[in-house]
Amino acid sequence: MFRRVLGNTLAFVGYTVQYGCMAHCAFEYIGEFVVCSGPSMEPTIVNQDIVFSERMSRHFCKIQKGDIVIAKSSFDPNMNICKRVIGLEGDKICTSAPSDAFKVPKGHVWLEGDNLRNSTDSRSYGPIPYALIRGRVCLKLWPLHSFGTLSESPTRRIIKTQSDSD
Amino acid sequence: MAQQATAGRRYLRAFISGFFVAVPVTVTALDRIAYVARVEGASMQVRRYNTSTNQSERENLTMSVRNYQVQRGDIVSVMSPRNPQQKIIKRVIGLEGDFIRTLSYKNRYVRIPDGHFWIEGDHHGHSLDSNSFGPVSVGLLHGRASHIIWPPSRWQRIKPSLPPNRGPLDTEEEEG
Repeated sequence: MFRRVLGNTLAFVGYTVQYGCMAHCAFEYIGEFVVCSGPSMEPTIVNQDIVFSERMSRHFCKIQKGDIVIAKSSFDPNMNICKRVIGLEGDKICTSAPSDAFKVPKGHVWLEGDNLRNSTDSRSYGPIPYALIRGRVCLKLWPLHSFGTLSESPTRRIIKTQSDSD
Repeated sequence: MAQQATAGRRYLRAFISGFFVAVPVTVTALDRIAYVARVEGASMQVRRYNTSTNQSERENLTMSVRNYQVQRGDIVSVMSPRNPQQKIIKRVIGLEGDFIRTLSYKNRYVRIPDGHFWIEGDHHGHSLDSNSFGPVSVGLLHGRASHIIWPPSRWQRIKPSLPPNRGPLDTEEEEG
């Protein structure tokens, strides 16, 4: 009797550990589901949308300009932000005045929200390190009527190449 | 023949199920609990290894840090802000809100912003640290070095300790 209870408990613990570890690996290396909140990506992702973010392109350093990424906030490591990559390292970014072009330093990215008027992003705190990026948003799952891949940037602020940034 | 086939299938099934248990458990343990890392380079070499340490490779057991709790003086492994593929191992000198007297940064004194810390190698001049790229975001933190496990003669737990006359300028007021 006692032995059976012990065996059942051990089996339960073993299965819990096994499936927990599998889930961790899947979330850590393949992708995860994220509930977005906040207005900063407004036309593309509205409040309470559920998106799927994949981790592969971050691990292989395949993040490109125009991708929407989930990144850790550089001021609060427990908070995640969802922004669009505007410039990679070496790109020149025009911030406020067209005269002051800012060069993104090595290993950093420049993030901006799609809702330029209501977004706290690299325009206020500068470029963030690439290693803070957690994943690339590739699918929108909820609400169902807008299921699918994400649309292009509505702000047209993506810097094409280093030369034609002006 | 049929027996051989079933034996082979059973063997294959056992292998696959074992594989699906062992790999996720190992990866999770390495991610969440602890891993062993080899430390290369001279940036941490001076003070900690005051004996004759010519070899530039040591192995540290680095424990994962959950909820980003570090103290001043801890040796941490941080993803380099310059190169996302690289991890650097440095000592935490100041936490958020501290005033730091820098050694070769562009400003003489720096107040560390929220969610950042100041890290330095023990070997000044041979170390690419906060003196060259400024305060580092805590989100880049990867782990804390807890033990030296190789070579066995220096097997020890690493205690947090600040180098003399380094550290925040107003620690006394803060902690008092």
